[in-house]
Formats: sequence, structure tokens, C-alpha cells
Amino acid sequence: MSDSQTTAVQAAAHGHDPALLHHFAEPQQQRDAASLGMWWFLATEVMFFGGLFCAYLIYRLQHFNDFAAASQSLSIKLGAINTAVLIGSSLTVVLAVNAAQRAKRNLLVAYLLLTLVLGSTFLGIKAVEYTDKFKEHHVPGPTFHFVPERMEGHPEQPPIDQRHAEMFFSLYFVMTGLHALHMIVGIGIFVWLLVMAWKGRFTPSYNTPVEIGGLYWHFVDVVWIYLFPLLYLISRHR
Amino acid sequence: MAMPNGPQGERENYLNKEYGVGSWLLTTDHKRIALLYLMSITFFFFIGGFFALLIRLELLTPAGDLVQADTYNKLFTMHGMVMVFFFLIPSIPAVLGNFLVPMMIGAKDLAFPRINLLSWYLYIIGGVMMLHCMLTGGVDTGWTFYTPYSTAFTNTKIVEAGLAIFVAGFSSILTGLNFVVTIHRMRAPGMTWSRLPLFIWAHYATSIIQLLGTPVVAITIVLVAAERTLHLGIFDPKLGGDPLLFQHLFWFYSHPAVYIMILPSMGIVSEIIACFSRKRIFGYNFVALSSIAIAVFGFLVWAHHLFVAGISIYAAFVFSLLSYAVAVPSAVKTFNWTATLYKGSIRYDAPMLYAFGFIGLFMMGGLTGLFLSALGIDVHVTDTYFVVAHFHYIMVGGAVMGYLGGMHFWWPKISGRLYPEGWARLAALIVFIGFHLTFFPQFVLGYLGMPRRYYDYSHMPEFQVLNVLSTAGATILGVGYLLPMIYFLWSMRYGKPAPDNPWNAAGLEWKSASPPPTFNFDVEPVVTWEAYNYEELDAPHPQEAPVVR
Amino acid sequence: MAGNVDALFIFLLIVTGMVALLIFVCLLFFAARYRQRAHVHAEQIEGSTPLELTWSIIPLFVFLAIFAWGAVIYFKERTPPRDAAEVYVVAKQWMWKLEHAEGQREINELHIPVGRDVKLIMTSQDVIHSFYVPAFRIKQDVLPGRYTTAWFRATKPGIYHLFCAEYCGTQHSGMIGSIVVLEPAQYEAWMSGGSTGPLSVTGEKVFAELGCVTCHRSDAQGRGPNLQGVFGKPVLLQDGRTLVADENYIRESILDPGAKIVNGYKPVMPTFQGLLSEEQLNALVAYVKSLSGAKPGDGSGKANADAAAAQGSQVNE
Repeated sequence: MSDSQTTAVQAAAHGHDPALLHHFAEPQQQRDAASLGMWWFLATEVMFFGGLFCAYLIYRLQHFNDFAAASQSLSIKLGAINTAVLIGSSLTVVLAVNAAQRAKRNLLVAYLLLTLVLGSTFLGIKAVEYTDKFKEHHVPGPTFHFVPERMEGHPEQPPIDQRHAEMFFSLYFVMTGLHALHMIVGIGIFVWLLVMAWKGRFTPSYNTPVEIGGLYWHFVDVVWIYLFPLLYLISRHR
Repeated sequence: MAMPNGPQGERENYLNKEYGVGSWLLTTDHKRIALLYLMSITFFFFIGGFFALLIRLELLTPAGDLVQADTYNKLFTMHGMVMVFFFLIPSIPAVLGNFLVPMMIGAKDLAFPRINLLSWYLYIIGGVMMLHCMLTGGVDTGWTFYTPYSTAFTNTKIVEAGLAIFVAGFSSILTGLNFVVTIHRMRAPGMTWSRLPLFIWAHYATSIIQLLGTPVVAITIVLVAAERTLHLGIFDPKLGGDPLLFQHLFWFYSHPAVYIMILPSMGIVSEIIACFSRKRIFGYNFVALSSIAIAVFGFLVWAHHLFVAGISIYAAFVFSLLSYAVAVPSAVKTFNWTATLYKGSIRYDAPMLYAFGFIGLFMMGGLTGLFLSALGIDVHVTDTYFVVAHFHYIMVGGAVMGYLGGMHFWWPKISGRLYPEGWARLAALIVFIGFHLTFFPQFVLGYLGMPRRYYDYSHMPEFQVLNVLSTAGATILGVGYLLPMIYFLWSMRYGKPAPDNPWNAAGLEWKSASPPPTFNFDVEPVVTWEAYNYEELDAPHPQEAPVVR
Repeated sequence: MAGNVDALFIFLLIVTGMVALLIFVCLLFFAARYRQRAHVHAEQIEGSTPLELTWSIIPLFVFLAIFAWGAVIYFKERTPPRDAAEVYVVAKQWMWKLEHAEGQREINELHIPVGRDVKLIMTSQDVIHSFYVPAFRIKQDVLPGRYTTAWFRATKPGIYHLFCAEYCGTQHSGMIGSIVVLEPAQYEAWMSGGSTGPLSVTGEKVFAELGCVTCHRSDAQGRGPNLQGVFGKPVLLQDGRTLVADENYIRESILDPGAKIVNGYKPVMPTFQGLLSEEQLNALVAYVKSLSGAKPGDGSGKANADAAAAQGSQVNE
């Protein structure tokens, strides 16, 4: 409370932008700090997912047959649609940032809304996929059971080690689950941005939240761009 | 300079500006947050120390007679977890770094003051979870919580402890994030990279490790928790997993974590040695770059913890070689500190004694690291008391000695009071002697073959003499660690008021008042001098370095 | 081995001791010579790149020498001689179960003859343990789900400590035992009692009981590869890779047969995951190894395998 008062008093005294926090010398410094902060945060996120990708790739090499067979049970169709949805949402985010910079409030609100719709669509489709896995008993746990699909032209398939198939699905759920969690956080951020945009808080000189929120959203997309081929696509047909 | 006066006629500063619990718990002032951290980590230090005391008492006699085996296992586990995650990792960065990083570079605050406060709350939440976990049963896996013991066999609260560490880890990440952005973006005009104090370089390197290492242990904890609660097979061989993968992921963070503890200490020692030998540090560029080199190489040596774990011979060769690579910059630092003394004008105030103590203890830790990196020797001494002694020399001898040195050096700035010099020198001596007495016998024990984490050595009574020595030393060490807390507290009330620059030290933080005002500087500083300009400060007719241009 | 490790240790003690002494003397000398009372004005010295390079590069070369020495010792420690006597070790919370290739079983105690190379083939039933004999300067973690190996040669009769060095739970410090090194004659006397027959013969029985012989025949007609002479030789896999058949490969082929298919064979073998105890697995591995050389059980194993193959027993249990 007293903090914001001091800020306001100082801002008035120096004739500064009210959005400029007291400890920054100028708006540019504040913007730079915020975006550098987000970039470094994303670097930690890369390491966070990096550990998982590393585990996945090592086990994939070790238990190649089991992982390839289990990977075939994922729906390429749903995965591909989701990839398209996410890439589309990245586009609307870029357009939203652009609208914020040009102070087009209505356009900004529209693009933020569209992003939210696309993000929710992604989560919806993911939920459908999870439900299918649940019905097929592919969710790791006591009910887990995996029977590989018979492939034409490959009469001799090695027997599947259930434990390694289960490990594939464990990693699948952890990786896509954490990604979905990031999507949910992203949606939360974008709802907040939407409210702020609705109230007309963003101006050409103050739109850093849209920009760094967008950075986060793009990062979450990029994670999916790696998840999709690694989990769904590679070595589908041997 | 005209100073506004506070309620008691003192000039207004960050301590007396506002009173009341709310003004502390909701503060975004980096200096107040530093004090919040100081209180919290001191609390955890004494909890961890209490566990250590019980461990040493148990080992006084070969038989397991003081506590039960399970209790002993919990003691060393909780000692490790509390000391590593709730004391050593936050210690210097979150207290002295928080207080000094903005002041040293001439900023009003860290780049993200609210995130700074959030990071303290995360630390407290993690700490409360850890306390709750300890009070309701604790954990018995060792702080390394190796799988599959941790995921499938122990019946203690590994998930809760893991979550506590996870939350505290985020606190550490946010601190690192704040420092990196602050050092990049908040430097005062004229404060170029080559004018940064070495303390800042050390914190920059530390922050990079916090940012890039901590998330890996976070995801590892997530996987351990998932395996333990949902029986997902990731690390347990019964479920098709590989327990070595856990060890790789764990040490990928936990080895660099050692540098999170020691690098800031090295930064402090550089400041102290320069000040008390009245000289610019010898080879500034090399000392600064060696911090970065340690951070980078530190990420490439993790598997030297796995030489007997079942990795291939060739992997072991690579990691042994890289471990020697990281030893070079550490050696360079030691040589440079020594060379800085050459032709200096040396004073022996308490901080300098701690800095000397640091060099003595760190050197022992570093040199025994060369033994452990040698593959043939590591096979024999790993997982014995040799390793225990080695890492205590680095993480406790080195890091805590540096931390105490820094506390003494900057205490006048932080509290505005002087501590009793005689007591401080005595404490430095007691810590130094107590430390050697505690841990040197453990090197011998290790080479004789006593494995670590042994509760009962009644079949090896030949180890008792050395254990008794170690326990005796631990008592002295405990006194040495208690003393500073007592006289620091005493000085807050009875200490003489400190001048703004009691050591006549270089560095922007000394150009501010003691204690500093809320935004650190009454006038925004402009830097026109190089770091460690002791020549100018000690010139026969010292000219006040101009603050404003 | 202990001698080599100690030699390097003493060398390191001397080198690091000299460095420590040098720094210590410098510190003390500078501290005394340049104390403020004696040396009022500090002389500013910026630094010296040649000096920095000197004290970076010289230590680096010393480190490289230490590395090389340590690596040589390690390489020897990790490479068991081919003709070593073999002991199978199964660790569990909190005891060591040891079985000689000749069939003698021991708990927390290992009798070996002086002067003979002994190779340990180790696995764990539960968590990670570590086989540590300080007197021999050897230590090797023992992991569940795979084999790790170590070897040593005792040079003096006596009783030596055996420790578990990797924390393994409540009674970790109780998981200790002893290595009893005997004179050859004493050892022979000790060996003469209490054996259930060589491990490879036990393995041969298991091999027959499980019906492995139906497919793994001693000619080229079986549905599975002929196991004669496989151990220690390179194996060409279906995916084009080649690997040397070691204990871990045999173990994996029994427990996860689909993982590495031998070129020219179909993936038809069922898994034995969860159906075998660690002791049975060890026996099977010992048997397969006996088909490749001068290990006890050779020859007769082949005959029995053929006989069992003729009966065509079912793959069961």
C-alpha cells in the first residue's frame, strides 16, 4: 500500500510514467530487465524439461523395440491437430503483441481471446487423448496392459517387455502432463492479460506484460514441437 | 549531505524507517529481505548443527548405544538435507548477496523486489514443510536419496521431504534470476563489467549454476515422487528402470551445488583480502574469469561421484580428466589471493583472520579433491569418511568460514554497529582449530576404510580413537559457531555505532550510510574509478572520490 | 593392487603437501613481512599474465600425470584376468550371499586362497549396496537388475573386513563380513566340504528344467542360437550391432529376450522376468559360461542338453 503511494509520489515528482517502478531509472531499463528475466526463466525451464527429455531419449535407446511399439498406440491424428492448434495460437500471440504495441485495444482483446480459445482447445484434445489411453488400459498402474498392434509385413515382432512399455507411458504422461500444466499456467497468465487489456492498461510505451507473457507462451509451444515428434512420430515404422 | 532524521534523532535508514511486523513481512527492500533470510538460515543452521552434535555423540563409542539405528539414519539424513538445502545453498547469496549485490553495483534494489520477497516465502514454505516432515517422522535415505531405496524400500516421508526441497529449489532459482538480471541491467552509470567487485562476479557465476542446475534436481524429485506414489517405473530396476540414471540426474545438480556454496565465499575472501592488504586484487581478470570457469566446468564433472557406481571405464576416464580441469581455476584463485598479500600493507582485523582461515581450510578441501579425482584412489576412499572430511572442508570449512568472514566484514554496514573485535578474533581461532580437530581425523578414518553412514562400528574398535578426537573437535567447533551469534546479537544493542566506512574499504556499499537508507544511496552514484582503488583511498591526502558528476 | 593405490596416494601426499607448504610459507612470510606496522604503504601490482599462465599450466600438467596414474590403476581394477576364480555375490538387506563356482555357499564370509585372482560377479536383490574390502583397496557398487564385477588377489593370509559402503537402510552398518584368506592347503581342505556341486551343474539342471534346451540346441537346428562357445565372443545382432557376450548380456537375454535379438533368429523366446531367483540366474549364467571354456561342467553339460532336447520338454515355469 505505502509502496504504491511512494511510487506514485515519486513518479509524479519526476514526471515519470506511473508504470515505472521506483527502483528503475527509466522505462527502457525496466523493460529490458523484465524481458531478460523471462529469457533466463525460460532457460531454467529448458533445463527442467531437458532432464526429462534426457531420461526419455536414454530409455528409448535402451529399450528401443518396446518404446517404438508403445509409441505406435498414440494417435497421430490428434497429435497433429494439436500441433496445428498450438502453432496457430503462437500466431495469435504474435498478433496480440503487435496490437498492444500499436495500442489497438479491441484487436488486442480479440487476439488474446483467440489465443485462450486455441489453448483451451489444445487441452480439450489432450483430455480426449488421455481418456482414450485410460480406456485402453495404457495408464501406468495396476490395470496397465499393453498389446502391440500387429503390423502388416512384419510378421515377426519381438515380444514386448510390459515394464518398458509401461515406462514409455509413464514418461509420456509425465512429459505431456507437465507440458499441459505449463499450458494451464499460460492460460492463467493470458486471462490476466485479457483483464488488463480490457481495462485498457496497455499503451505503446507500456506493454511489457503482453510481450513477456507471449515469450512464455511461445516457449510452451516449442516444448510441444519437440514432444510431438519424439513421442508420436519417430521410428513409427521400422 | 543533509540527512533526514528518524524518530530517535538518528538519520533515517532501512532499519528505522518503519516498524511493525507488517513492514518486515511485506517488505520488498532487499536489505530487509536479507535480514529475514539471515534469521531463517541461522535457525536452520542450528537445527542442522544439533543433528550433527547427536551424530558425533553416537559415534563416540563403537556400539550403537545413544540412539536407535533408524534414528541415527534419520539424523544424518536430516542433517544433510537441512544443511545443504536450507543453510548452505541460501546462506551467502540470500543474505550477503541480497544485501550487497544492489549496493555494490549502485542500484536502488534488485531488479524484481517482489520476486525477491516471494523467494523468501518459498524458502519459508519449503522450510516449514521440512520441519513438519522432521517432526512427523523424518527421512532415512541420506540426503542423496538414491533409488530404488528411496522409491521402493524406505517407509519414511521421502515425498514430503522431496517437495520441501523442490519448493526451496524454486526459491534458489528466483534468487539467481534476480541476481543475473540485476547485474546485467541495474549497474550504476560507469560501473562497467571490469569494474565490478569480485564478489559480484562470484555471485554472477553462482546465479548461473542456480538457474541451470536447480531445475534438473527439481524434475528428478518429480520423477522420484511419481515413482514412489504412482509406481511409475523410471528408476526402479524391478519396474524396468535404471537407478544409475537417477544418480546422473541428481549429481548433475548436486555437484554444481557445491559451487553455489563455495563461489560466493571466494567472492567474499577476495573483497576482504584486498581491503586488509590495502591492494587491488592480484590478477583481477583471472580471478573474475576463474569464477565463470568454475561454474562452466562445474557442470561437466558430475559423474565423478559415480566411479564405483557401475559406469563404464571410459566414462570414468572422461569425468576424472574434467575434474582436474575444474581444479585449475580453484588453484588459480588461491595463488592470486596469496600474491595479493605480496607488498601489501596487511591488517589483521577479524574478517582478515576468517579469510586466512578460509584459505587454510579450502586448500585442504581442494587438495584432497585431487585425491578423489584420481580414479584409482577414489575407488578406495569414496563412500568413506575420507569423502565426508573432504566435502566438509569445502562446504563447511570453506563456505562457512567465508560466510562468517563476510558477516564480520559487513556487519557494521548491515547493523550500523561494531562487534567486539577481541571476541571476533577469538571465535575465528576457535572455529579454525575446532574444524581441523573435527575433520582431519576423518581423512585418516576414511583411508583406513571406515565407511560413511555407519551407525555402529563395534566390529572395528580400532576406529574409536579417531572418532573420539573428531567428537571432541566438534564440541570446540560448536562453541566457535555459537560465539559470533552471541556477540552479533549483543552488538545490536550495546555495540558502538559504526562509521559509514569502518575499514576504509573500496566499494560502493561503503559510500552509503551505515545502516544504509531504504534506496541505498541518497544520490545516484556514478562510478569513475576502478575496483579496489586502494591507492587513491590511501593517498597521503585522500580525496573523496566524487559521487556525483 | 593395494600397493599401487598406496604408491599413488603417497605421491599425492608429497605433491599436495609441497603445494600446501609453499602457500603456507608464502602466506606466513607475507603476513609477517608486510604487516601494516612494518610496511605502511601497499605497492599496487596489477597482476602478471606470465605468472598466471605459469601457475595454471604447471598444475595442469601435474594433474594430467596424476590422472594418468589413477586411470591406469582403475583400468587394472576394472579388468578381471580371464582365468580368475569366480564367486557369485548376491547382496540383500542386510547380508552378503556368496557362492563359489565350485558350489560352496557362504554368508557374510568369503574364503579364498592366497595368491589367486578372484573375480566377483555381483548383483543385488533389493537396493544398491557396495562391496568394499579396504585392505584390498577395492569397492564396487552392487546394483539390482544387473551384474557388476570386481576382482582382487590377496597376497597375505588373514581375515579382512568386508563392508557395505553404499547406504542401504536401517542395518547398513550391520551389513559387514570378512574375507578369510587361506594358505592353498587350508583352502583345499575348506573347499572339500559342504558343496552341492559346481554352480554350472546346478545351472545345467535349471536349464533343463526350464526347457531351454528345446530351442538352444547344441547344433544349428534350434530355434534359438547354439550357446556353445558364445560367452566372451562377439555376437552379431539383428539390427547390425555387434557386442561381446558378457554376464550382463546373458542375464538380459534371459530376462528381456526381445531386447537384443541375435542375427538370423526370430524373437520367439518368452521372458523369464520374475520367474527366477538371483541364485538360479547366477547358476544359468555360470552354465552358459561353462559351455565356452575350461570351466567345471564343460562336456557333460553338452551331453545332458542333448538328452533333454530329445525329450522335448515344455517351456514352463
